[in-house]
Amino acid sequence: MAIKDLKIDIHHITRVEGHGNIVVDAKDGAIREIRWEVPESPRFFEVMLRGRTWEEAAHITSRICAICSAGHTLASIKATEDAFGITPTAQTWRLRKLLSYGEHIQSHILHVCFLVLPDLLGVDSVIPLAATHPNEVKLALRMKKLGNDIADIVGGRAVHPITAWVGGFAKVPSEEDLKHLRKRLVAAIDDTKTLVNLVKSLASKIPDFIRETEFISLKWEKEYPWLDGNIHSSDAGTVSYKDYEKVSNEFIVPYSTAKRSKNRRSSYMVGALARVNNNYDQLSPFAKSAADVFGLKPICHNPFMNNIAQVVETAHCVEDAIATIDQLLKAGIKQEPIRVVPKAGRGIGAIEVPRGILFHDYTYDDNGIMLKANLVIPTNQNHANIEDDMKAWVPLMFKKDAPQEAISHNLEMLVRAYDPCVSCSTHLLKVDFT
Amino acid sequence: MTKPKVAVFDFTCCEGCELQILNCEDEILDILGKIEIVNFREAMSNGRDDYEIALIDGAISTSRDVERIKSIREKAKLLITIGSCSSTGGINCLKNFWPMDEVKKIVYGDMAKHFETIPARPVSAIVKVDFSIPGCPIDKKEFLRCLAELLAGKNPEVPNYAVCVECKLKENECVFDKGLFCLGPVTRAGCEARCPSYNSACEGCRGLVDNPNVTAEKDILQKYGLTVPQVLDRFKLFQGCYQQVV
Repeated sequence: MAIKDLKIDIHHITRVEGHGNIVVDAKDGAIREIRWEVPESPRFFEVMLRGRTWEEAAHITSRICAICSAGHTLASIKATEDAFGITPTAQTWRLRKLLSYGEHIQSHILHVCFLVLPDLLGVDSVIPLAATHPNEVKLALRMKKLGNDIADIVGGRAVHPITAWVGGFAKVPSEEDLKHLRKRLVAAIDDTKTLVNLVKSLASKIPDFIRETEFISLKWEKEYPWLDGNIHSSDAGTVSYKDYEKVSNEFIVPYSTAKRSKNRRSSYMVGALARVNNNYDQLSPFAKSAADVFGLKPICHNPFMNNIAQVVETAHCVEDAIATIDQLLKAGIKQEPIRVVPKAGRGIGAIEVPRGILFHDYTYDDNGIMLKANLVIPTNQNHANIEDDMKAWVPLMFKKDAPQEAISHNLEMLVRAYDPCVSCSTHLLKVDFT
Repeated sequence: MTKPKVAVFDFTCCEGCELQILNCEDEILDILGKIEIVNFREAMSNGRDDYEIALIDGAISTSRDVERIKSIREKAKLLITIGSCSSTGGINCLKNFWPMDEVKKIVYGDMAKHFETIPARPVSAIVKVDFSIPGCPIDKKEFLRCLAELLAGKNPEVPNYAVCVECKLKENECVFDKGLFCLGPVTRAGCEARCPSYNSACEGCRGLVDNPNVTAEKDILQKYGLTVPQVLDRFKLFQGCYQQVV
């Protein structure tokens, strides 16, 4: 019997970072309302940054989010260095990339294995899987721990790093530590292959939902972009990172404390899928072989493939982390002096973090005191796309007479596919206190 | 022996302290053998309300938060705050130094009336807290030790001496001599002086010891060239709730 009415009200969706609600209302076969609401308590980070020093900016903004704290730290540092005209040394750049790899491995594994896999295996959480799939759970823990240990060793602490400073690293890791990490990364290649096969065996459970989407990420001529490059849209080409506001176009809706973005269409998507779609050719050989297993090629418009893209990127991070450590060891790792002279001006840091492209925009006075700050978070940039996906998909499921429970569960899976970091997206905003 | 039922709740925070629990990769399977997690929104669906121990991550910063924490206190036998935000307000308190209306207007402009915020507060400002684990984020070793003590029926303890003690035990070179301004002399130890061990200043994320020698700290900081307002400003980062709010 065809369902005529639909009332879905998922309060505080589970297995995502932060708080979000899904609301769907349909009566007599007609859809009245579809909303993705973010009721997260805003914390007002741009207000918190008021009058604080350039030395504190990274430590304050890392507290926007635990999973991407290294990402915020690095974006913050880049923005300050852009303002002060500082270029990092080759060693600093490589250490930052390694820190970023640690974070990506930890974040992607946490997301795919702990937050998404339960849906593909039909359970509520990873906890029952510890009994039914012990080897797979141990593999997930092992890889997640490796990601965290890389960040611990390079950053001093995985959650809210300590050693990454404007201008360099307060304490560099030892050769011994790097060699030990390298061994574990080499062992992780086999683990990654096992993970690819596990996800492949469940690939039939991944919904086949296509909606033409604009994808936005960094793009860099030198390599797959994490910390460098300019802003690339799959619709419109590349613009300078300094023009990020022309791309992000933030706007507010009353039922959501998190701002939203749009560029060429009513919404766009950022994250692993966007990066792979825009920069496929620069993926490492191991990553490309993982992509081939799933048939993932640009340009893919299924948001659920974001999780496959995360597996592919994990392969890339493992392989390139080994290469990066080799470069660091070859050059010989040494404590480099850090010299920073603050000056008045504006700087922008645009980097890729696990969930997508992140912008930190700072304006300083002569003494390096923060006058103005704007932060545009990847998850903010995805909120409108999530809602547009829901608006396209619900009518299709409704037409196929899917039961309410199935529609409900599918929408939860859709939100999870984006790997949203809702706390990040309600950090908030533009402040001018001159 | 039945496993105690534990729930993890998050409020206004980065979720780092609950993430640290999941970051105990070597111990998490053992932990799951000793406790039953009945509610943990970030990690599992279909949570339940029959918890005995509630772990709270995050500060109170809206009236909805106030209602929610009161309801949790009614149900829980033991309420434990994990991390700076729930224990002492944390970094969120930096917002308190500005009038709330102004804060909302700056961030949301004309839409300000749709959003609600109150000064950020630690959980203890609203309900009774049985025990606090400090830090931003919590230290994994300390968390595991406290959890083990709790399960053994003991009252967990955190140190009541300053970070300097741990720094000296590690034979660290004092970061003041490297030109940094450290809050170690008045901050609660238990983190093994992590930041100074990485050539960085302690930022006081674990909160003050019970009887901080604040005067001596101010003297040291002034000796190394900071003015009194600058000194008080340093404390604001994580100790905002101890200072006057607008």
